[in-house]
This record gives sequence, C-alpha cells and structure tokens, in this order.
Amino acid sequence: MNYFFTEEEQMIKELAHKIAEEKIIPVRQKYDDEGIFPYDIVEILRESDLFRIFIPEEYEGLGGGVLPMVLAVEELSWGCGGIALAYAGTALGAFPIILFGNDDQKKKYLPKIANGTLAAFALTEADAGSDAANIKTRAKKDGDYYILNGTKQFITNAGEAEIYTVIALTNPLKGARGATAFILEKGMKGLEFGKKENKMGIRASVTREVVMKDLRVHKSQILGKEGRGFMLAMKTFDHTRPGVASQALGIAQAALDAAVKYAKQRHQFGKPIASFQAIQHMFADMGTKIEAARALIYSVARAIDKGSYSPKESAMTKVLASDVAMEVATNAVQIFGGYGYMKEYPVEKMMRDAKITQIYEGTNQIMRNIIATRIIKETR
Amino acid sequence: MNIFVCVKQVPNTAEVRWDFEKGTLIREGVESICNPFDLYAIEEGIRIKERLKKGNVIALTMGPPQAEEILKEAISMGVDDGILISDRAFAGADTLATSYTLAKAIEKVGNVGVVLAGKQAIDGDTAQVGPELAAMLAIPQVTYVRKIAEIDEEKAVVERLTDYGYDVVETQLPVLFTVVKEINEPRLPSLRGKMKARNFKPKLFTSSDLDVDESKIGLAGSPTNVKRIFQPELRKAGEKYEGDPENLAKILAERIKGLKLI
Repeated sequence: MNYFFTEEEQMIKELAHKIAEEKIIPVRQKYDDEGIFPYDIVEILRESDLFRIFIPEEYEGLGGGVLPMVLAVEELSWGCGGIALAYAGTALGAFPIILFGNDDQKKKYLPKIANGTLAAFALTEADAGSDAANIKTRAKKDGDYYILNGTKQFITNAGEAEIYTVIALTNPLKGARGATAFILEKGMKGLEFGKKENKMGIRASVTREVVMKDLRVHKSQILGKEGRGFMLAMKTFDHTRPGVASQALGIAQAALDAAVKYAKQRHQFGKPIASFQAIQHMFADMGTKIEAARALIYSVARAIDKGSYSPKESAMTKVLASDVAMEVATNAVQIFGGYGYMKEYPVEKMMRDAKITQIYEGTNQIMRNIIATRIIKETR
Repeated sequence: MNIFVCVKQVPNTAEVRWDFEKGTLIREGVESICNPFDLYAIEEGIRIKERLKKGNVIALTMGPPQAEEILKEAISMGVDDGILISDRAFAGADTLATSYTLAKAIEKVGNVGVVLAGKQAIDGDTAQVGPELAAMLAIPQVTYVRKIAEIDEEKAVVERLTDYGYDVVETQLPVLFTVVKEINEPRLPSLRGKMKARNFKPKLFTSSDLDVDESKIGLAGSPTNVKRIFQPELRKAGEKYEGDPENLAKILAERIKGLKLI
C-alpha cells in the first residue's frame, strides 16, 4: 500500500531495511542463541545517522518525530526484534528529554544520543508494573541535591546505556503526584546494575535492574517539574507506544514473509503448500491484519508529529499491532509445521520476540483500560 | 592531496539474460549498479582520507549521463566530489581509450595522491583500465591490493594478493592501486550522505573540457574491437568408470563397439 511518504521518510525506510537485510539478518540467530548485545549493529546504526532521526535539528538531529522513528523501528525489527531494541529502547530514553528537557538538558544529552549514545527509561519496579504509581524508589531532598535509593526492574539497555531517565518519589505522601523524573548518567556514584535477565525472546537485547544506592544528584538533573514525574512517564509512553507497535509490526511482517516463502517451496501431496486454500486463507488474514496495524500506526504517528495525540490512540496502536504480531508469528510457526518449531528456522524466534510486545510499555490489558476509559468518557 | 576513485556503472549481472539468437546480453530492463569491486575502492578512498585526516576523495566515471547515479551512490557513502566524463565523442572506447580519457581528466584536476580502482569490472572483466591508467599517468601501480598497511603523503606499504599468498610492496606516492574484495567491507550510505547525494550534481567533463587528442578517444582511439560475443557451448560431463584395468578395458571396448567405431 502506498502511504505517500516524503522523500526523507522513504530514505529512512529503505536504509533501515537495507541494514536489516545485509547486517542484522546474517547475525540474528547467533545473537539470539548466545544473548549477544549488538554493539556492531549499534555502530552501523550510528554511522547511518538513524539515531538522528527522532532528534530535533537544533540538537544535531535530522528533524525529529515519531513517524521517522516508527519507520526505522519497523524495518529493523523486520530483521530482528531483539537487535532493534537497542535502538528502540534508546528512543524511549530520548523522548522524555525531547519532550520535557530544558534547553541546557537538551544541549547536554540530545546531541550525544544523535551520535549514537544509548539511552534508557526506568519506571518499572518489582511491585510497580501495571500499577506503576506504586513505585518505591525514593528521592530525598538534601539542599540543592537529592539522594536516590531504590531498584528499577526489567530495564531495557540498562548497563549499556549512558543516559537514564528514572522516576522516583520526591514526596511519597502524595503517591503518583509525588513522583519526579531525574536524568542520571552511567558512572554516577551509587548507580549500579543488576544481573542480566535470561529472557524468552528479544535475547539480543539487554535487560537488567537499575539500582540506586545513596545516589546524590543535583537538582538541575530534574526533568520537567518536581511532582510531575508520573505525568511525564505517561506522556512519554503516548509518544513511544507506536514505537513498540512498529516493533511488533516488523516482526509480524517478517513472519508473514518467511511463511509465504516457505509455503511456496514446501511440497506436500505433490504440490506447494501455498496452493492449498487452508494456507492461502491464513495468508489473507495475516496480510490484512498487518496492513490494518500498519495503517493505524502511521496515522497515529503522523498525528502525534502534527501535535495531536491521545493516550487512547497510542494505546490502540500497541494493542492492535502486538496482538497481530503474536497471532501472525504463531500462524507462521504453524505453516512451517514441525520445521517451524526448530531453531534452524527463523519463525520460532519471531514468535518468542512477538510475545514481549503484548507485555512491555504497558500490558495489553492496561492498554485496553486506557482505551475503554477514554471511549466511555468521549461518548455522550 | 586528491584521492581519485574510478568507478563504472555496469549491468547487474545477477539479472542479465542471454539473447541466444543474437548472441548478446539482454540489457533492457536490467538494473544498472556500481561495479561491486569499485565499492571497495570507494571505501578504501574514504578510509585513506580518515587515516590521513586530510585529502579530498573524488569519484570519477566515464559513461552516459545516467552514470551520474553511481557518483551519487559514492557521495552517499562519504566521497567529497564526483566527476562525470560524458560525451558522444567518448563512445565506443576500449580499455586503452578509456584509460587515456580518465588520465586526462585526472591530470586536469591534478594534485594526485592516490588513484584507486576495483580490480576489474564485472561486465568486461578485462582488469586492464587500472594498470593502463597508471601507465598513462606515469605513476607506479600495485594491483590486487588486499591491504594498505601504511600510508602517508610520501609513500605507502601495501599487500598484493597473489595465487600463492601475498607480496608486501612499498611504493612512493602518487600511486595507483587496484583493490580486491578482501581489502575492506564497504560501508552503507548514511542518511546525511543520501540527503547530500539527492541534490548532488557532478562536475561534467566533455571532450572540449579535456586536453585530448581526438584520435585517441572513443571508437577512433580504440585499437581493439569486439568481433563476436558468444556463449560457449556447454560441454556435457563425461562418464566415469571405476574398476581394475581388465574390467575398464572391457567397458571401453563395449563403448567403442556401441559407437560403431570398430
């Protein structure tokens, strides 16, 4: 389908696709098997300027926006959803600064990210997943400084990223309204990282705890305003959930492509299995759902870039695309049959990678809560 | 110091089909690409500049106006400038006329440090233009370079790939290298490079821009010409028999009888 991209958007898509095809696909199985962090691919992405596309021009970016980010994440995830996450996770770490940073903070951090420095976002804790307002990490005021203590869990890019946006309670009595966002840097005294998690999928991505022990940070590192940390996190997600959606979309497209290719050459009963209607109808459903997800993601991303966004629409992109990805990847394994279950073929990995997109940056159950609440509110 | 990279637009041979009746390649509808070996030359040109932290990398090509596309590709990878040598008068050039014309273009720009070329083009496969160009420019040459071990503005030490290993060659600059694919892994274009390439217009050199002898360019300057292009007949694989001499002799005798030769 023709989405009438600008020349720049088309270039981004093509370049990311080329990187996926020539650089990511040849290594994805090994990196997944061995849980290798893709330093070499990050370097290629850095050299290709792809880290610049979601950063505004005044901070050494190429314009900024959700749509360019979405296009790159989709194509990179078409190559490997895990490898793409080093990139997508950095976008998640960059957006709070893009949206809420003051000029000094933007000048300090955004050019670094534009030049390929990795970033991360840390909200989730052991007892604060879907109930994100239940965080316990404490930021205690001490003159011009704050002392941070607490542990963030399941943080993408933790340990590899240089720049972290962390949500901590400056006023625990106020609950969600007492949360504040801080920018932390790797190397700060008291900032440590837990063990690398052993995951089902996205295994080329690194997930660790971020541990703060009496971490002393100057008040100039506060992102946005004190007490506005929770709002900042939610608005960040409104901008980045289409990114998770596009990761799911890329995985889904890769699964469909692999299944079609396989069905054309796999013969049973003397014919390619692609000639059987049972398989063809699966392709029809897979393709239709993928295109529906893609159309929604691009539309929402464009709307966000034009300044119109809503939590509902961003949540919709993630629910739709991640559910489609899980369904399509599962069906791709089905079409491959016994071979699909084997690690020599790429689709079992896509099924494992797809699963996380229904879980992180808000479970799909929470997404549906967000969507339903808004629908009820908007309908008179 | 200028670092020249010679590039050629070629048909993507992976897609080329034969017209068996005419005995020619069907070029219609076949994508044109940058000669793959030239991509290694482009990459090495950019790397030399990065190593020396100085120099100007210039890609040049001789061909029809659409050959501008491969210059844009070179720009998107990080080359500084591109020159298109294009004129009807240059048409029909063989390797001698081509290298003569390229030499005139390089002399016009001047300040030659290094000239790079792929070891050969995948369409003609002659591997002659590089060496001939060095001769025309009267500079040393090293072919099949697989590594530039040392380089400064005065001299270079390089490894030349051979059938039996490699030679280490020291040479003064200016020099011409033809490179093999072992030398590097060409980078992908960057977005900023692609944006620069989009608006890029190469310098155009026509025959009147160059100080050329008319009898040495194009068809007139080409002592060789292609008499015929044909696809060699496929030789069928022979039959293979194993066994002791006695049995083999029997089999052979039967075969010869079968062919009624005895």
